[in-house]
Amino acid sequence: MLRYLLRRLLGAIPTLLVIATLAFAMLHAVPGGPFDSAKPMEPEIRKAILAKYHLDEPVWQQYLRYLGDLAHGNLGPSFQYRGTSVNELVAQGFPVDVTVGGTALLVALLAGSAIGLYAALHRNSRWDYLLMGLAVVGISVPLFVIAPTLVLVFAIHLRWLPPGDWVSGSLSHLVLPALALAFPYTAYIARLMRGSALEVLGSPYIRTARAKGLPLRTIMLRHALRPTLLPLVSFLGPAIAGVITGSIVIETVFALPGIGRFFTTGALNRDYTLVMGITILYGALIIVCNLLVDLAYALLDPRVRHER
Amino acid sequence: MSERGLWQDAWRRLKRNRAAMAGGVLLLVILLAALLLPFVSPYTYYSPDWDHLVQPPRFRGWHFLGTDALGRDLLVRTMWGCRISLLVGIAASLVTVVIGVLWGTTAGYVGGRLDALMMRTVDVLYSVPFIPFVIVLTVLFGRELLLIFVAIGAVSWLDIARIVRGQTLTLKNREFVEAARVAGVGTPAMILRHLVPNLIGIVIIYSTLTIPSVILFEAFLSFLGLGVQSPMTSLGSLVAEGAGRMQSYPHLLLVPAVFLAAIIYAFNYLGDGLRDALDPRDR
Repeated sequence: MLRYLLRRLLGAIPTLLVIATLAFAMLHAVPGGPFDSAKPMEPEIRKAILAKYHLDEPVWQQYLRYLGDLAHGNLGPSFQYRGTSVNELVAQGFPVDVTVGGTALLVALLAGSAIGLYAALHRNSRWDYLLMGLAVVGISVPLFVIAPTLVLVFAIHLRWLPPGDWVSGSLSHLVLPALALAFPYTAYIARLMRGSALEVLGSPYIRTARAKGLPLRTIMLRHALRPTLLPLVSFLGPAIAGVITGSIVIETVFALPGIGRFFTTGALNRDYTLVMGITILYGALIIVCNLLVDLAYALLDPRVRHER
Repeated sequence: MSERGLWQDAWRRLKRNRAAMAGGVLLLVILLAALLLPFVSPYTYYSPDWDHLVQPPRFRGWHFLGTDALGRDLLVRTMWGCRISLLVGIAASLVTVVIGVLWGTTAGYVGGRLDALMMRTVDVLYSVPFIPFVIVLTVLFGRELLLIFVAIGAVSWLDIARIVRGQTLTLKNREFVEAARVAGVGTPAMILRHLVPNLIGIVIIYSTLTIPSVILFEAFLSFLGLGVQSPMTSLGSLVAEGAGRMQSYPHLLLVPAVFLAAIIYAFNYLGDGLRDALDPRDR
């Protein structure tokens, strides 16, 4: 297991390098730099600024310097927020994203699996049709429609919750963003769980367990639960990455101080280092999630473990 | 004969699936409305009606779905939004399908080291965070509609490439491929003439399911203000405008949101129905 882990971690390095190179190449291929402001700048000042950020060097030198810094975990200084490093901006914004995304994912997992299992156990009943119909609605209605609608209902009309903004540690500021973000994932997980549970419940070994006369409860918990959860585990990788990147919309609607907002303004202002740093962070996140999913899979499914 | 039998069979199964048929009909209605209504209506998507600023929906005075803050007719603007969304969805899905099918068949048919290299590339690209890349692309290269197609299409072909490769591997050892090879058919002709036509079923299914995700992606970009430029509009930018004024004028949010959701909903059901009707596992 340890060797497998090491091999996968080493394999992640070229992938990250590709992401960093793509981001670097794209940002440097376009005309216009971060300091092309509308009002003309004194040539000496401009030269000094370019020298300070090493923008006067040839591109390959900038690239190597960036990779060197990256290897030390340094994402460089932000061009847009002068005097602040990208690391500091990430350290500021990321906890917000993790809090909102983590809560959303937890809600989606609990609610989604409960709904999916219920629908599977009551297959073709009225509740099954209703819940699965709602799930398709949940997948079809985009996040940026759900979020403002929730604000309209719960913050503006009912006045139960604040419409936005972020107060660290305040639960009431977390509820609406997390619920909005959880919505599509709940729907997706519910559909996934229903399908998976139906497949497992129809398999021969469950029929055998039933034929032995085991109570449904025991069958569900001892035999059916683990294989039912497998597709959910492989969905979790993209889902974790999705809630973190998907928070760009949530941050815009609820005015949260997360990374996504830095990203959009950074792209608009050609803040190379900020945009590259966040892109690489997202890439690393996806890689780590995929790795964790594969490990969890090996732990849960004996077939995968023996194949390797 | 068996070919026609397959399609007739699929059509019969699709007709029995009421949800899928409802989705198809709904899509047709929205498509016709989006194409025709802007011609019939006395209003355009860009010209303001100064006497009727931010009107709620009502049946007098021809602004059936009300007007926005600049007095532009919401019905016409929403129909233009539907046009753009459907156009982006279908065009970008075409880009996706072309890249994905060519990549997948080549990797699967040629096999060996090229296959390993191509699929390893797909694995690496799976780890690339695409939302940031597309945002950067649209910001830096300007908000061209064509660029949006290409950008979205270029990042969403990975799934299709994997599925098509898997299918190609099973087709590769069939007699007709062997017969063609014996007859001296070269690799490009083999892929285009013999493999691709046999993959059409699965490609149709996945492109029907790709279209809604592409539409959502374009709407997401428009919502962030990175989509088509004003006064032209798309469902995503209409939703963004509406969300800004929903406190006093909820219809500005609800009207485009309902159309967007209806399109996605219809495509999802139609895609599910097509999969059930055409899925080789079921036969």
